[in-house]
Amino acid sequence: MRHRPRGEHIIRFDGVGLRYGLGPEVLQDINFALPSGSFHFLTGASGAGKSSLLRLMYLGLRPSRGRVMLFDKDIALTKRYELPALRRRIGVVFQDFRLLDHLSALDNVALPLRVRGVRESEVHKHVPELLGWVGLAEHLNARPSTLSGGQKQRVAIARAVIGRPDLLLADEPTGNVDDHIAMRLLYLFEELNKLGTTVVIATHNEHLVGRFAHHSRLHLEHGTVRQGS
Amino acid sequence: MFGRRSELPLKGDATSKFLPWLVALMVYLSAVAVAAVFVLNGLIDRWDRDVAGTLTVQVMPVPGESGDALTEERVRQAVELIRRTHGVEAVRALDKRQITALLEPWLGSADVVKDLPLPRLIDVSVDPGVRLDLGLLAERLGKAVPGVSLDDHRVWLSRLINLSRTTGWVAIAIVVLIGCVTSATVIYATRTGMAVNRGIIEVLHLIGARDDYIARQFADRAFALGFAGGVLGLALAVPTLTMIGWAARRVEGGFLPQLTVSLPGWVVVALLPLAAALLAMLTARLTVHGTLARMP
Repeated sequence: MRHRPRGEHIIRFDGVGLRYGLGPEVLQDINFALPSGSFHFLTGASGAGKSSLLRLMYLGLRPSRGRVMLFDKDIALTKRYELPALRRRIGVVFQDFRLLDHLSALDNVALPLRVRGVRESEVHKHVPELLGWVGLAEHLNARPSTLSGGQKQRVAIARAVIGRPDLLLADEPTGNVDDHIAMRLLYLFEELNKLGTTVVIATHNEHLVGRFAHHSRLHLEHGTVRQGS
Repeated sequence: MFGRRSELPLKGDATSKFLPWLVALMVYLSAVAVAAVFVLNGLIDRWDRDVAGTLTVQVMPVPGESGDALTEERVRQAVELIRRTHGVEAVRALDKRQITALLEPWLGSADVVKDLPLPRLIDVSVDPGVRLDLGLLAERLGKAVPGVSLDDHRVWLSRLINLSRTTGWVAIAIVVLIGCVTSATVIYATRTGMAVNRGIIEVLHLIGARDDYIARQFADRAFALGFAGGVLGLALAVPTLTMIGWAARRVEGGFLPQLTVSLPGWVVVALLPLAAALLAMLTARLTVHGTLARMP
Protein backbone atom coordinates (compact mmCIF):
# COMPACT_ATOMS: atom_id res chain seq x y z
CA MET A 1 0.00 0.00 0.00
CA ARG A 2 1.28 3.44 -0.90
CA HIS A 3 1.32 6.14 1.77
CA ARG A 4 -0.83 9.04 0.76
CA PRO A 5 -1.20 12.18 2.84
CA ARG A 6 -4.57 12.14 4.56
CA GLY A 7 -6.98 14.65 3.09
CA GLU A 8 -5.79 14.34 -0.52
CA HIS A 9 -8.67 13.13 -2.71
CA ILE A 10 -8.32 9.49 -3.60
CA ILE A 11 -11.42 9.46 -5.80
CA ARG A 12 -13.43 12.25 -7.32
CA PHE A 13 -16.62 12.22 -9.44
CA ASP A 14 -17.51 15.35 -11.45
CA GLY A 15 -20.89 15.42 -13.16
CA VAL A 16 -20.87 11.66 -13.67
CA GLY A 17 -23.84 10.00 -15.30
CA LEU A 18 -24.40 6.34 -16.09
CA ARG A 19 -26.83 4.60 -18.36
CA TYR A 20 -26.93 0.97 -19.42
CA GLY A 21 -27.20 0.75 -23.20
CA LEU A 22 -29.89 3.05 -24.48
CA GLY A 23 -31.86 2.98 -21.23
CA PRO A 24 -32.47 5.89 -18.89
CA GLU A 25 -29.70 7.26 -16.69
CA VAL A 26 -29.49 5.28 -13.47
CA LEU A 27 -27.00 7.75 -12.04
CA GLN A 28 -27.19 11.46 -12.79
CA ASP A 29 -24.79 14.30 -12.06
CA ILE A 30 -22.85 12.48 -9.40
CA ASN A 31 -20.45 14.86 -7.68
CA PHE A 32 -18.34 13.91 -4.68
CA ALA A 33 -14.76 13.59 -3.58
CA LEU A 34 -13.39 11.19 -1.00
CA PRO A 35 -10.29 12.23 0.93
CA SER A 36 -7.55 9.70 1.34
CA GLY A 37 -7.89 7.73 4.54
CA SER A 38 -11.58 8.48 5.01
CA PHE A 39 -14.34 6.01 5.88
CA HIS A 40 -17.79 6.19 4.29
CA PHE A 41 -21.03 4.32 4.26
CA LEU A 42 -22.82 4.35 0.91
CA THR A 43 -26.50 4.15 1.71
CA GLY A 44 -29.70 4.22 -0.24
CA ALA A 45 -32.75 2.13 -0.88
CA SER A 46 -32.55 -1.09 -2.87
CA GLY A 47 -32.22 -0.22 -6.57
CA ALA A 48 -30.95 3.28 -5.82
CA GLY A 49 -27.74 2.54 -7.75
CA LYS A 50 -25.29 1.72 -4.94
CA SER A 51 -23.80 -1.24 -6.80
CA SER A 52 -23.58 0.76 -10.04
CA LEU A 53 -21.76 3.55 -8.25
CA LEU A 54 -19.35 1.06 -6.71
CA ARG A 55 -18.77 -0.51 -10.14
CA LEU A 56 -17.82 2.90 -11.48
CA MET A 57 -15.45 3.31 -8.55
CA TYR A 58 -13.69 -0.04 -9.07
CA LEU A 59 -13.49 0.49 -12.84
CA GLY A 60 -15.96 -2.25 -13.64
CA LEU A 61 -17.90 0.27 -15.73
CA ARG A 62 -17.13 3.44 -17.62
CA PRO A 63 -19.40 6.46 -17.06
CA SER A 64 -21.68 7.64 -19.85
CA ARG A 65 -20.65 11.19 -19.09
CA GLY A 66 -18.68 13.23 -16.62
CA ARG A 67 -15.21 12.70 -15.22
CA VAL A 68 -13.89 10.09 -12.79
CA MET A 69 -10.58 10.88 -11.13
CA LEU A 70 -8.94 7.93 -9.35
CA PHE A 71 -5.61 8.28 -7.58
CA ASP A 72 -5.19 11.65 -9.33
CA LYS A 73 -5.68 10.10 -12.76
CA ASP A 74 -8.50 10.95 -15.13
CA ILE A 75 -9.77 7.48 -16.03
CA ALA A 76 -10.94 8.58 -19.47
CA LEU A 77 -7.40 9.68 -20.30
CA THR A 78 -5.61 6.74 -18.71
CA LYS A 79 -4.02 4.23 -21.05
CA ARG A 80 -5.50 0.75 -20.96
CA TYR A 81 -2.21 -0.85 -19.89
CA GLU A 82 -2.10 1.46 -16.86
CA LEU A 83 -5.50 0.38 -15.53
CA PRO A 84 -4.42 -2.95 -13.91
CA ALA A 85 -1.98 -1.03 -11.71
CA LEU A 86 -4.86 1.19 -10.54
CA ARG A 87 -7.15 -1.80 -9.97
CA ARG A 88 -4.49 -3.43 -7.79
CA ARG A 89 -4.81 -0.47 -5.43
CA ILE A 90 -8.51 -1.19 -4.99
CA GLY A 91 -9.93 -4.02 -2.92
CA VAL A 92 -13.47 -5.05 -3.75
CA VAL A 93 -15.94 -7.15 -1.78
CA PHE A 94 -18.61 -8.09 -4.30
CA GLN A 95 -22.19 -8.48 -3.15
CA ASP A 96 -22.31 -11.98 -4.66
CA PHE A 97 -18.76 -12.69 -3.42
CA ARG A 98 -17.58 -13.82 -6.88
CA LEU A 99 -15.34 -16.50 -5.45
CA LEU A 100 -13.83 -18.99 -7.87
CA ASP A 101 -15.57 -22.27 -7.08
CA HIS A 102 -12.80 -24.51 -8.39
CA LEU A 103 -10.19 -22.94 -6.10
CA SER A 104 -9.71 -23.38 -2.35
CA ALA A 105 -10.32 -20.56 0.10
CA LEU A 106 -6.56 -20.08 0.29
CA ASP A 107 -6.17 -19.86 -3.50
CA ASN A 108 -9.11 -17.46 -3.76
CA VAL A 109 -7.59 -15.11 -1.21
CA ALA A 110 -4.16 -15.49 -2.84
CA LEU A 111 -5.42 -14.28 -6.24
CA PRO A 112 -4.58 -10.57 -5.82
CA LEU A 113 -1.08 -11.47 -4.69
CA ARG A 114 -0.50 -13.94 -7.51
CA VAL A 115 -1.61 -11.57 -10.26
CA ARG A 116 1.01 -9.19 -8.87
CA GLY A 117 3.67 -11.88 -9.06
CA VAL A 118 4.19 -12.14 -5.28
CA ARG A 119 6.42 -15.08 -4.33
CA GLU A 120 4.63 -18.26 -3.20
CA SER A 121 6.53 -18.25 0.11
CA GLU A 122 4.98 -14.83 0.85
CA VAL A 123 1.57 -16.01 -0.28
CA HIS A 124 1.68 -19.02 2.03
CA LYS A 125 2.79 -16.83 4.91
CA HIS A 126 0.20 -14.04 4.67
CA VAL A 127 -2.91 -15.76 3.34
CA PRO A 128 -3.35 -18.36 6.15
CA GLU A 129 -2.67 -15.60 8.66
CA LEU A 130 -5.47 -13.44 7.29
CA LEU A 131 -7.87 -16.35 6.90
CA GLY A 132 -7.17 -17.20 10.53
CA TRP A 133 -7.97 -13.62 11.48
CA VAL A 134 -11.40 -13.83 9.82
CA GLY A 135 -12.04 -17.15 11.58
CA LEU A 136 -11.39 -19.52 8.70
CA ALA A 137 -8.12 -21.12 9.82
CA GLU A 138 -9.78 -24.52 9.62
CA HIS A 139 -11.04 -23.96 6.10
CA LEU A 140 -7.90 -23.04 4.16
CA ASN A 141 -8.36 -25.83 1.64
CA ALA A 142 -12.15 -25.78 1.54
CA ARG A 143 -13.88 -25.05 -1.75
CA PRO A 144 -16.39 -22.17 -1.64
CA SER A 145 -19.23 -24.59 -2.42
CA THR A 146 -18.65 -26.27 0.95
CA LEU A 147 -18.69 -23.00 2.92
CA SER A 148 -21.68 -21.23 4.42
CA GLY A 149 -22.79 -17.80 3.15
CA GLY A 150 -21.05 -16.06 6.02
CA GLN A 151 -17.84 -18.00 5.49
CA LYS A 152 -17.87 -17.18 1.78
CA GLN A 153 -18.31 -13.54 2.64
CA ARG A 154 -15.30 -13.62 4.92
CA VAL A 155 -13.21 -15.27 2.19
CA ALA A 156 -14.33 -12.49 -0.17
CA ILE A 157 -13.36 -9.85 2.38
CA ALA A 158 -9.99 -11.50 2.97
CA ARG A 159 -9.40 -11.47 -0.79
CA ALA A 160 -10.25 -7.77 -0.94
CA VAL A 161 -7.90 -6.75 1.86
CA ILE A 162 -4.96 -9.15 1.36
CA GLY A 163 -3.21 -6.69 -0.95
CA ARG A 164 -3.50 -3.81 1.59
CA PRO A 165 -5.43 -1.67 -0.90
CA ASP A 166 -5.50 2.13 -0.91
CA LEU A 167 -9.24 1.99 -1.52
CA LEU A 168 -11.58 -0.69 -0.20
CA LEU A 169 -15.04 -0.95 -1.72
CA ALA A 170 -17.49 -3.35 -0.15
CA ASP A 171 -20.96 -4.08 -1.45
CA GLU A 172 -23.19 -5.23 1.43
CA PRO A 173 -20.27 -6.99 3.15
CA THR A 174 -22.29 -7.85 6.25
CA GLY A 175 -25.39 -9.04 4.47
CA ASN A 176 -24.93 -12.73 5.25
CA VAL A 177 -23.34 -12.69 8.69
CA ASP A 178 -24.71 -12.34 12.19
CA ASP A 179 -24.25 -9.14 14.19
CA HIS A 180 -21.21 -10.44 16.03
CA ILE A 181 -19.34 -11.28 12.79
CA ALA A 182 -20.61 -8.06 11.18
CA MET A 183 -19.11 -6.00 14.00
CA ARG A 184 -15.88 -7.97 13.78
CA LEU A 185 -15.65 -7.32 10.04
CA LEU A 186 -16.35 -3.64 10.45
CA TYR A 187 -13.61 -3.44 13.07
CA LEU A 188 -11.31 -5.08 10.48
CA PHE A 189 -12.29 -2.38 7.99
CA GLU A 190 -11.63 0.28 10.66
CA GLU A 191 -8.21 -1.20 11.35
CA LEU A 192 -7.40 -1.03 7.64
CA ASN A 193 -8.72 2.51 7.57
CA LYS A 194 -6.40 3.46 10.42
CA LEU A 195 -3.53 2.13 8.32
CA GLY A 196 -4.51 4.55 5.56
CA THR A 197 -7.01 2.65 3.44
CA THR A 198 -9.99 4.66 2.24
CA VAL A 199 -13.09 2.58 2.90
CA VAL A 200 -16.50 2.75 1.21
CA ILE A 201 -19.13 0.30 2.40
CA ALA A 202 -22.43 0.05 0.57
CA THR A 203 -25.15 -1.06 2.94
CA HIS A 204 -28.81 -0.64 3.68
CA ASN A 205 -28.28 -1.76 7.28
CA GLU A 206 -29.17 1.47 9.10
CA HIS A 207 -28.61 -0.20 12.46
CA LEU A 208 -24.99 -0.88 11.57
CA VAL A 209 -24.49 2.61 10.15
CA GLY A 210 -25.92 4.01 13.39
CA ARG A 211 -23.37 2.10 15.46
CA PHE A 212 -20.56 3.60 13.40
CA ALA A 213 -22.15 7.03 13.13
CA HIS A 214 -18.79 8.79 13.40
CA HIS A 215 -18.10 7.87 9.78
CA SER A 216 -19.42 9.96 6.90
CA ARG A 217 -22.22 8.90 4.66
CA LEU A 218 -22.85 9.02 0.92
CA HIS A 219 -26.57 8.75 0.40
CA LEU A 220 -27.93 7.81 -3.00
CA GLU A 221 -31.43 8.89 -3.85
CA HIS A 222 -33.14 9.38 -7.21
CA GLY A 223 -29.88 8.72 -9.04
CA THR A 224 -27.90 11.45 -7.31
CA VAL A 225 -25.60 11.33 -4.31
CA ARG A 226 -25.70 13.46 -1.19
CA GLN A 227 -22.55 13.61 0.90
CA GLY A 228 -22.86 14.16 4.63
CA SER A 229 -21.91 12.87 8.04
CA MET B 1 5.37 -23.56 -19.59
CA PHE B 2 3.18 -26.52 -18.64
CA GLY B 3 3.95 -26.19 -14.92
CA ARG B 4 2.73 -22.62 -14.64
CA ARG B 5 -0.15 -21.88 -12.32
CA SER B 6 -3.54 -21.36 -13.92
CA GLU B 7 -6.58 -19.93 -12.20
CA LEU B 8 -8.81 -20.75 -15.15
CA PRO B 9 -10.30 -24.27 -15.09
CA LEU B 10 -9.45 -25.01 -18.71
CA LYS B 11 -8.40 -28.63 -18.29
CA GLY B 12 -11.84 -30.15 -18.38
CA ASP B 13 -13.49 -27.91 -20.96
CA ALA B 14 -14.91 -29.08 -24.27
CA THR B 15 -11.92 -27.69 -26.16
CA SER B 16 -9.69 -30.33 -24.60
CA LYS B 17 -11.78 -33.02 -26.23
CA PHE B 18 -11.83 -31.91 -29.86
CA LEU B 19 -8.85 -29.61 -30.39
CA PRO B 20 -6.10 -32.30 -30.18
CA TRP B 21 -7.96 -34.50 -32.68
CA LEU B 22 -8.40 -31.61 -35.07
CA VAL B 23 -4.76 -30.56 -34.79
CA ALA B 24 -3.78 -34.22 -35.28
CA LEU B 25 -5.69 -34.29 -38.57
CA MET B 26 -4.19 -30.96 -39.65
CA VAL B 27 -0.64 -32.07 -38.85
CA TYR B 28 -1.26 -35.36 -40.65
CA LEU B 29 -2.39 -33.55 -43.82
CA SER B 30 0.41 -31.01 -43.52
CA ALA B 31 2.98 -33.78 -43.13
CA VAL B 32 1.77 -35.44 -46.32
CA ALA B 33 1.78 -32.09 -48.18
CA VAL B 34 5.23 -31.12 -46.87
CA ALA B 35 6.59 -34.54 -47.77
CA ALA B 36 5.15 -34.11 -51.27
CA VAL B 37 6.98 -30.80 -51.63
CA PHE B 38 10.28 -32.38 -50.64
CA VAL B 39 9.74 -35.40 -52.89
CA LEU B 40 9.02 -33.11 -55.84
CA ASN B 41 12.05 -30.95 -55.13
CA GLY B 42 14.15 -34.09 -54.94
CA LEU B 43 12.74 -35.25 -58.26
CA ILE B 44 13.46 -31.95 -59.94
CA ASP B 45 17.03 -31.95 -58.66
CA ARG B 46 17.55 -35.53 -59.82
CA TRP B 47 16.15 -34.89 -63.29
CA ASP B 48 18.21 -31.77 -63.61
CA ARG B 49 21.34 -33.62 -62.52
CA ASP B 50 20.65 -36.60 -64.77
CA VAL B 51 20.15 -34.64 -67.97
CA ALA B 52 22.67 -31.87 -67.34
CA GLY B 53 25.57 -32.21 -69.76
CA THR B 54 23.76 -34.49 -72.17
CA LEU B 55 22.21 -33.98 -75.58
CA THR B 56 20.27 -36.22 -77.86
CA VAL B 57 20.51 -35.92 -81.62
CA GLN B 58 17.77 -37.50 -83.65
CA VAL B 59 18.24 -38.66 -87.25
CA MET B 60 14.99 -39.33 -89.10
CA PRO B 61 14.90 -42.62 -91.08
CA VAL B 62 15.12 -42.37 -94.85
CA PRO B 63 12.30 -44.27 -96.60
CA GLY B 64 12.82 -46.59 -99.50
CA GLU B 65 14.78 -49.71 -100.29
CA SER B 66 18.19 -48.18 -99.63
CA GLY B 67 16.80 -46.15 -96.71
CA ASP B 68 18.67 -48.07 -94.01
CA ALA B 69 22.03 -47.51 -95.65
CA LEU B 70 21.30 -43.83 -96.24
CA THR B 71 20.13 -43.40 -92.65
CA GLU B 72 23.29 -45.14 -91.43
CA GLU B 73 25.40 -42.77 -93.55
CA ARG B 74 23.61 -39.74 -92.11
CA VAL B 75 24.18 -41.02 -88.58
CA ARG B 76 27.87 -41.45 -89.31
CA GLN B 77 28.13 -37.87 -90.74
CA ALA B 78 26.33 -36.44 -87.74
CA VAL B 79 28.56 -38.32 -85.31
CA GLU B 80 31.66 -37.03 -87.11
CA LEU B 81 30.46 -33.45 -87.04
CA ILE B 82 29.48 -33.59 -83.38
CA ARG B 83 32.75 -35.24 -82.37
CA ARG B 84 34.69 -32.33 -83.94
CA THR B 85 32.70 -29.79 -81.91
CA HIS B 86 34.57 -28.16 -79.02
CA GLY B 87 33.23 -29.22 -75.62
CA VAL B 88 31.86 -32.58 -76.66
CA GLU B 89 33.26 -35.35 -74.47
CA ALA B 90 31.67 -38.45 -75.95
CA VAL B 91 29.36 -39.39 -78.82
CA ARG B 92 27.52 -42.67 -79.03
CA ALA B 93 25.09 -43.65 -81.76
CA LEU B 94 22.46 -46.08 -80.55
CA ASP B 95 21.88 -48.98 -82.91
CA LYS B 96 18.42 -50.21 -83.85
CA ARG B 97 18.52 -53.01 -81.25
CA GLN B 98 19.23 -50.56 -78.44
CA ILE B 99 16.43 -48.24 -79.56
CA THR B 100 14.02 -51.15 -79.72
CA ALA B 101 15.02 -52.15 -76.19
CA LEU B 102 14.31 -48.59 -74.99
CA LEU B 103 10.82 -48.69 -76.43
CA GLU B 104 9.98 -52.15 -75.22
CA PRO B 105 8.47 -51.10 -71.87
CA TRP B 106 5.90 -48.96 -73.73
CA LEU B 107 5.32 -50.70 -77.04
CA GLY B 108 5.82 -54.32 -76.16
CA SER B 109 8.12 -56.99 -77.67
CA ALA B 110 10.90 -56.17 -80.11
CA ASP B 111 9.11 -58.07 -82.89
CA VAL B 112 6.34 -55.48 -82.96
CA VAL B 113 8.60 -52.44 -83.15
CA LYS B 114 11.44 -53.69 -85.29
CA ASP B 115 9.61 -52.87 -88.55
CA LEU B 116 8.58 -49.39 -87.47
CA PRO B 117 10.41 -46.43 -89.10
CA LEU B 118 12.15 -45.40 -85.88
CA PRO B 119 14.49 -42.41 -85.79
CA ARG B 120 18.09 -43.14 -84.87
CA LEU B 121 19.40 -41.56 -81.71
CA ILE B 122 22.86 -40.21 -80.93
CA ASP B 123 23.69 -39.75 -77.27
CA VAL B 124 26.12 -36.87 -76.69
CA SER B 125 27.99 -36.08 -73.46
CA VAL B 126 29.07 -32.49 -73.08
CA ASP B 127 31.75 -31.07 -70.78
CA PRO B 128 29.72 -29.23 -68.10
CA GLY B 129 32.45 -26.58 -67.89
CA VAL B 130 32.08 -25.60 -71.54
CA ARG B 131 29.26 -23.37 -72.66
CA LEU B 132 28.18 -25.07 -75.88
CA ASP B 133 26.40 -22.97 -78.52
CA LEU B 134 23.50 -25.33 -79.14
CA GLY B 135 21.90 -23.03 -81.69
CA LEU B 136 25.06 -23.02 -83.83
CA LEU B 137 25.48 -26.80 -83.51
CA ALA B 138 21.88 -27.34 -84.57
CA GLU B 139 22.37 -25.05 -87.57
CA ARG B 140 25.56 -26.83 -88.66
CA LEU B 141 23.94 -30.23 -88.25
CA GLY B 142 20.88 -29.10 -90.19
CA LYS B 143 23.02 -27.88 -93.11
CA ALA B 144 25.35 -30.88 -93.19
CA VAL B 145 22.93 -33.73 -92.58
CA PRO B 146 19.28 -33.70 -93.74
CA GLY B 147 16.59 -34.88 -91.32
CA VAL B 148 18.56 -34.18 -88.16
CA SER B 149 17.20 -32.52 -85.04
CA LEU B 150 18.85 -31.71 -81.72
CA ASP B 151 17.20 -32.13 -78.33
CA ASP B 152 19.01 -30.80 -75.30
CA HIS B 153 16.25 -32.11 -72.97
CA ARG B 154 15.74 -28.70 -71.47
CA VAL B 155 12.46 -28.03 -73.23
CA TRP B 156 10.64 -31.08 -71.93
CA LEU B 157 12.51 -30.93 -68.64
CA SER B 158 11.55 -27.31 -68.04
CA ARG B 159 7.89 -28.22 -68.63
CA LEU B 160 8.22 -31.09 -66.19
CA ILE B 161 9.98 -28.88 -63.67
CA ASN B 162 7.27 -26.22 -64.05
CA LEU B 163 4.62 -28.83 -63.45
CA SER B 164 6.49 -30.09 -60.39
CA ARG B 165 7.02 -26.57 -59.06
CA THR B 166 3.34 -25.72 -59.54
CA THR B 167 2.41 -28.88 -57.68
CA GLY B 168 4.88 -27.89 -54.97
CA TRP B 169 3.29 -24.45 -54.61
CA VAL B 170 -0.13 -26.05 -54.45
CA ALA B 171 1.15 -28.26 -51.63
CA ILE B 172 2.54 -25.22 -49.80
CA ALA B 173 -0.79 -23.42 -50.30
CA ILE B 174 -2.52 -26.46 -48.78
CA VAL B 175 -0.22 -26.27 -45.74
CA VAL B 176 -0.99 -22.54 -45.37
CA LEU B 177 -4.70 -23.26 -45.72
CA ILE B 178 -4.43 -25.97 -43.06
CA GLY B 179 -2.69 -23.42 -40.82
CA CYS B 180 -5.56 -20.96 -41.37
CA VAL B 181 -8.17 -23.61 -40.56
CA THR B 182 -6.24 -24.56 -37.40
CA SER B 183 -6.08 -20.89 -36.37
CA ALA B 184 -9.79 -20.41 -37.01
CA THR B 185 -10.56 -23.45 -34.87
CA VAL B 186 -8.34 -22.21 -32.05
CA ILE B 187 -10.04 -18.80 -32.23
CA TYR B 188 -13.44 -20.46 -31.94
CA ALA B 189 -12.27 -22.73 -29.10
CA THR B 190 -10.65 -19.83 -27.23
CA ARG B 191 -13.71 -17.64 -27.54
CA THR B 192 -15.87 -20.50 -26.30
CA GLY B 193 -13.50 -20.99 -23.36
CA MET B 194 -13.66 -17.29 -22.59
CA ALA B 195 -17.45 -17.28 -22.70
CA VAL B 196 -17.63 -20.30 -20.39
CA ASN B 197 -15.18 -18.73 -17.93
CA ARG B 198 -16.43 -15.18 -18.29
CA GLY B 199 -17.12 -14.76 -14.57
CA ILE B 200 -13.64 -15.89 -13.57
CA ILE B 201 -12.01 -13.69 -16.21
CA GLU B 202 -13.98 -10.69 -14.93
CA VAL B 203 -12.79 -11.32 -11.37
CA LEU B 204 -9.17 -11.64 -12.49
CA HIS B 205 -9.58 -8.49 -14.58
CA LEU B 206 -11.08 -6.51 -11.70
CA ILE B 207 -8.46 -7.49 -9.16
CA GLY B 208 -5.79 -6.14 -11.47
CA ALA B 209 -4.66 -9.04 -13.64
CA ARG B 210 -3.02 -7.77 -16.79
CA ASP B 211 -4.49 -8.98 -20.07
CA ASP B 212 -1.40 -11.04 -20.74
CA TYR B 213 -1.77 -12.83 -17.40
CA ILE B 214 -5.15 -14.14 -18.58
CA ALA B 215 -4.05 -14.62 -22.19
CA ARG B 216 -1.04 -16.64 -21.08
CA GLN B 217 -3.29 -19.22 -19.39
CA PHE B 218 -5.27 -19.78 -22.59
CA ALA B 219 -2.06 -19.78 -24.64
CA ASP B 220 -0.40 -22.40 -22.44
CA ARG B 221 -3.44 -24.62 -22.71
CA ALA B 222 -3.62 -24.19 -26.50
CA PHE B 223 0.08 -25.05 -26.76
CA ALA B 224 -0.34 -28.22 -24.69
CA LEU B 225 -3.40 -29.36 -26.67
CA GLY B 226 -1.83 -28.40 -30.00
CA PHE B 227 1.38 -30.26 -29.21
CA ALA B 228 -0.45 -33.37 -28.07
CA GLY B 229 -2.55 -33.34 -31.24
CA GLY B 230 0.49 -32.62 -33.37
CA VAL B 231 2.43 -35.58 -31.98
CA LEU B 232 -0.58 -37.81 -32.65
CA GLY B 233 -0.83 -36.50 -36.23
CA LEU B 234 2.87 -37.09 -36.76
CA ALA B 235 2.59 -40.60 -35.37
CA LEU B 236 -0.08 -41.29 -37.99
CA ALA B 237 1.77 -39.53 -40.82
CA VAL B 238 5.10 -41.36 -40.49
CA PRO B 239 3.68 -44.83 -41.31
CA THR B 240 1.67 -43.33 -44.17
CA LEU B 241 4.71 -41.70 -45.74
CA THR B 242 6.77 -44.82 -45.21
CA MET B 243 4.10 -46.91 -46.90
CA ILE B 244 3.87 -44.53 -49.88
CA GLY B 245 7.66 -44.67 -50.27
CA TRP B 246 7.61 -48.46 -50.04
CA ALA B 247 4.80 -48.73 -52.61
CA ALA B 248 6.63 -46.34 -54.97
CA ARG B 249 9.80 -48.39 -54.73
CA ARG B 250 7.87 -51.51 -55.70
CA VAL B 251 6.63 -50.00 -58.99
CA GLU B 252 9.92 -48.29 -59.72
CA GLY B 253 11.62 -50.54 -62.30
CA GLY B 254 13.03 -47.54 -64.14
CA PHE B 255 9.56 -46.21 -64.88
CA LEU B 256 8.98 -44.12 -61.74
CA PRO B 257 11.89 -42.18 -60.31
CA GLN B 258 12.72 -42.91 -56.68
CA LEU B 259 10.13 -41.23 -54.44
CA THR B 260 11.86 -40.55 -51.14
CA VAL B 261 11.68 -37.75 -48.59
CA SER B 262 15.09 -36.24 -47.97
CA LEU B 263 16.55 -35.79 -44.47
CA PRO B 264 15.67 -32.06 -44.37
CA GLY B 265 12.15 -33.10 -45.37
CA TRP B 266 11.90 -35.47 -42.42
CA VAL B 267 13.24 -32.75 -40.11
CA VAL B 268 10.53 -30.33 -41.30
CA VAL B 269 7.86 -33.03 -40.90
CA ALA B 270 9.15 -33.77 -37.38
CA LEU B 271 8.89 -30.08 -36.49
CA LEU B 272 5.25 -29.84 -37.57
CA PRO B 273 3.79 -30.68 -34.10
CA LEU B 274 5.86 -27.90 -32.57
CA ALA B 275 4.81 -25.51 -35.34
CA ALA B 276 1.15 -26.44 -34.80
CA ALA B 277 1.49 -25.94 -31.04
CA LEU B 278 3.16 -22.56 -31.49
CA LEU B 279 0.49 -21.50 -33.99
CA ALA B 280 -2.26 -22.53 -31.54
CA MET B 281 -0.52 -20.71 -28.69
CA LEU B 282 -0.05 -17.50 -30.65
CA THR B 283 -3.60 -17.58 -31.99
CA ALA B 284 -5.08 -18.14 -28.52
CA ARG B 285 -3.00 -15.34 -27.05
CA LEU B 286 -4.02 -12.85 -29.74
CA THR B 287 -7.67 -13.91 -29.48
CA VAL B 288 -7.75 -13.34 -25.72
CA HIS B 289 -6.04 -9.98 -26.06
CA GLY B 290 -8.53 -8.95 -28.73
CA THR B 291 -11.50 -9.98 -26.61
CA LEU B 292 -10.21 -8.45 -23.38
CA ALA B 293 -9.57 -5.16 -25.15
CA ARG B 294 -13.35 -4.74 -25.28
CA MET B 295 -13.64 -4.92 -21.47
CA PRO B 296 -13.72 -1.64 -19.53
